[in-house]
Amino acid sequence: MMILSTRGLSKSFDGLQAVTKVDFDLPKGEVRALIGPNGAGKTTLVGMICGRIEPTSGHVQFDGEDITRLPAHARIMRGMAYTFQITSVFARLPVTENVALAARRRLSGDAIDRAVADALARVGLSNEAHEDAGNLSYGHQRLLEIAMGLAQSPRLLILDEPTQGLSEGEIADFKTLVRELAGDTTILLIEHNMDVVMETADRVSVLNFGEILAEGTPTEIRENAAVQAAYLGTG
Amino acid sequence: MTASSRVIVLHLGLLALLFGLQFILPAYHHGNLARIMVLASYAVGYNILFGYTGLLSLGHALFFAAGMYGMGLTIQHMGFTPAPALIVGIVAGAFVAGALALLALRTVGVSFMIVTLMFAQAGYLTVLYFGEYTRGDEGFVIQQAQRVLWGVDLSNATNRYFAAWGLFSVSFGLSLWLVRSSFGRTLIAIRENEERVRMLGYDTYKHKLTAMIISGTISAAAGAFYGLLFGYAGASFASVQYSIFPLLWVLLGGAGTVLGPFVGTLFMFYLIDLSSGITSAYLLIAGLALVLLTLFAPQGLIGEIRRRFWKNLP
Amino acid sequence: MEFGPHLLLATLEGAVTAAVLALTAVGLSLVFGVMRVVNIAHGEFYMLGAVIAWYVAHMMGGHPALGFFLALVLAPLLVGAIAVLADVIILKRVDYDPERTIVATIGLLYIIQQLTLMTYGPEARPVEAPFNSRIALPWFEWGENGFQFYYPWGLSTTSYKLAVIGAAGVVLLGVWAMMTRTKVGLLMRATQADRDMALAFGIPVERVYALVFGIGAALAALGAVLIVPIQQAHYLMGADPLLLAFIVVIIGGLGSLPGTVLAALFIGLSDGIISVFFSPTLAKILATLLVGLVLVWRPQGLFGTRTA
Repeated sequence: MMILSTRGLSKSFDGLQAVTKVDFDLPKGEVRALIGPNGAGKTTLVGMICGRIEPTSGHVQFDGEDITRLPAHARIMRGMAYTFQITSVFARLPVTENVALAARRRLSGDAIDRAVADALARVGLSNEAHEDAGNLSYGHQRLLEIAMGLAQSPRLLILDEPTQGLSEGEIADFKTLVRELAGDTTILLIEHNMDVVMETADRVSVLNFGEILAEGTPTEIRENAAVQAAYLGTG
Repeated sequence: MTASSRVIVLHLGLLALLFGLQFILPAYHHGNLARIMVLASYAVGYNILFGYTGLLSLGHALFFAAGMYGMGLTIQHMGFTPAPALIVGIVAGAFVAGALALLALRTVGVSFMIVTLMFAQAGYLTVLYFGEYTRGDEGFVIQQAQRVLWGVDLSNATNRYFAAWGLFSVSFGLSLWLVRSSFGRTLIAIRENEERVRMLGYDTYKHKLTAMIISGTISAAAGAFYGLLFGYAGASFASVQYSIFPLLWVLLGGAGTVLGPFVGTLFMFYLIDLSSGITSAYLLIAGLALVLLTLFAPQGLIGEIRRRFWKNLP
Repeated sequence: MEFGPHLLLATLEGAVTAAVLALTAVGLSLVFGVMRVVNIAHGEFYMLGAVIAWYVAHMMGGHPALGFFLALVLAPLLVGAIAVLADVIILKRVDYDPERTIVATIGLLYIIQQLTLMTYGPEARPVEAPFNSRIALPWFEWGENGFQFYYPWGLSTTSYKLAVIGAAGVVLLGVWAMMTRTKVGLLMRATQADRDMALAFGIPVERVYALVFGIGAALAALGAVLIVPIQQAHYLMGADPLLLAFIVVIIGGLGSLPGTVLAALFIGLSDGIISVFFSPTLAKILATLLVGLVLVWRPQGLFGTRTA
């Protein structure tokens, strides 16, 4: 059962083809990594999936329904969550309020407080709960992004380069977190750090020049000559 | 006492203080305070859109005037009594705010400011254009006999103070409740980072639309009460100055604080009142205040208190 | 008067409006284009130009041309200097933030306007034109004797009005030459194209901003000096030019000199013509709605989007 499928999804900016006819399938419960060189169109593809970018052509299906015409907020309400590549927390609001905003969309009353505390505990930010988000270190702000994603308890969690700027220790914790979530939550992980990809992903899709170049298990991808030429060899 | 109940006590305390003041104030200040409370209600409405939602409107005079003329014209030309006339004014304001929101919310930032400015200006000119009914700049007086609400003569100073206090209490209380509700918290988040709010699953457009209608409706209520309590409706209340005033009051008191609009209105009113002994060009004071606030105190008075002493003040 | 001559008269009046409007609007457009800020006080710089022209002419005495031509030089210089001062004291300090700049320039508007009221007073005062001979204009008709010219009563203009049109044309050419042919113009265009890049190349962006703000205000003042023999100087005269200049900049496209001039011609002429045939208030209502609607329907157009 696919939770997410795209068919012929394309986007061009002023005639420049960023993503070309991508057919992408993500089964429920899988942790999928999306990799590719800079400018391969990863963020554009994900942007079309969660509704931030309108596709030039093609379709997006979520849980068996065509959501191509839905605005972003309606897609989120159906169980997607997206964490921003460029840290985009509410800097002047407390950490708890940041997470509560995410939780409040589906919960009410005391359940909100519990969900907030739970999400913060899972990313290890419980001690920072009452700080203003802007006072957190960069790495902690990245973790807060992830906590906001968790508090939505999504069926599909899209993480856009979550480990960028994290320390070694934080990356190790992140890997543990993803493995805990795996099974309940489908995860689409855009990631540059190949160690993280190899250790967390069930399968890997490689995007190059806006097209899916290869798909397979981490081991298959590592040994794929075309991928090496396009990406690993140069990266 | 918890932080939350301290906040409630502080805000209810202001209302109680204002209620009590009517028994001890000399007539001159008694009259001033009635006026200030109505104008502060206008500022409270403005603050919901500007302070909490982050949308800087330069056209709120349109809503204030919609309330004032919705009330005034129905009394003057259709023989309405005050109660239905007030309702017409408030509904007119809500309607105008909704219509302008549908247009203006297609824009952001500077465009939003200019669009609201232009439509409000068109509204002002429309008041002048229909001078036959509105009497244009000269305006029209609402006679004492027309200002009796349920047997209460609103031209009487005591009754007027009480009505102004009632209006202010309702808008002030509504504002306090709103910004502590989850809807209000979402508005604040929209002010901070709209795109992020959208990607948390909120329909930010609907939130902004609702905020603008609430803001416009409170402004219209203030306009309707102002006309009724002080017995006059004139085109100057629709002019760009009356769009700038609530901005000035809210900036001075502290945008995005519940107390700010009242504090700002109070200070500005007495600043102009005191300076009128020196110069009749009171707009000079307003201009200087705008420039100085922008340069040196963008947080305003209450905003500064919140920053230094009371972090959880709503 | 018949329709034809009436229309010609309206067109001529409109051309004078258009000429002055072009100067004012180019000033506003330059500021918006290069600095990316909206100057709400632009109309007050215009008003200051007119008021200073009255002071200069009033103090000079002698032949009216003497005072007028001195004002033509002094008023733009003084107003430009005031604008530079405002830029350094206010705009620079709010870091040219678009929204705070609008609020601050609204404040500036009231300050300039009220200080003028307190010193110059509420009267409208004329400045005598340096020359002002009446020129009757011919009209034609198909009469009994075929095609013939005649001079309808009331159809005339003055040499001064024609000179205003000419002078505005010369100044606009000068601005164009400055922008395209001089080093200062190059610096302005570089700053307009990409502020950060300009900074990286060592262009003194802050000084360019101050200069542009000064030139923008000076152009408005110059327009006002030209119009003041026709319209009189008054402390509230800045509001209409501000609105019209806004319309022109929004329709003409920002920073585009030819676009702004063309739009000024269009608006100036239609304003003149509409005001002759319709109520001026109605014309203004339509104009403000037009600006609002243009901005609504092309929200990404001129003012760009605010980054959250």
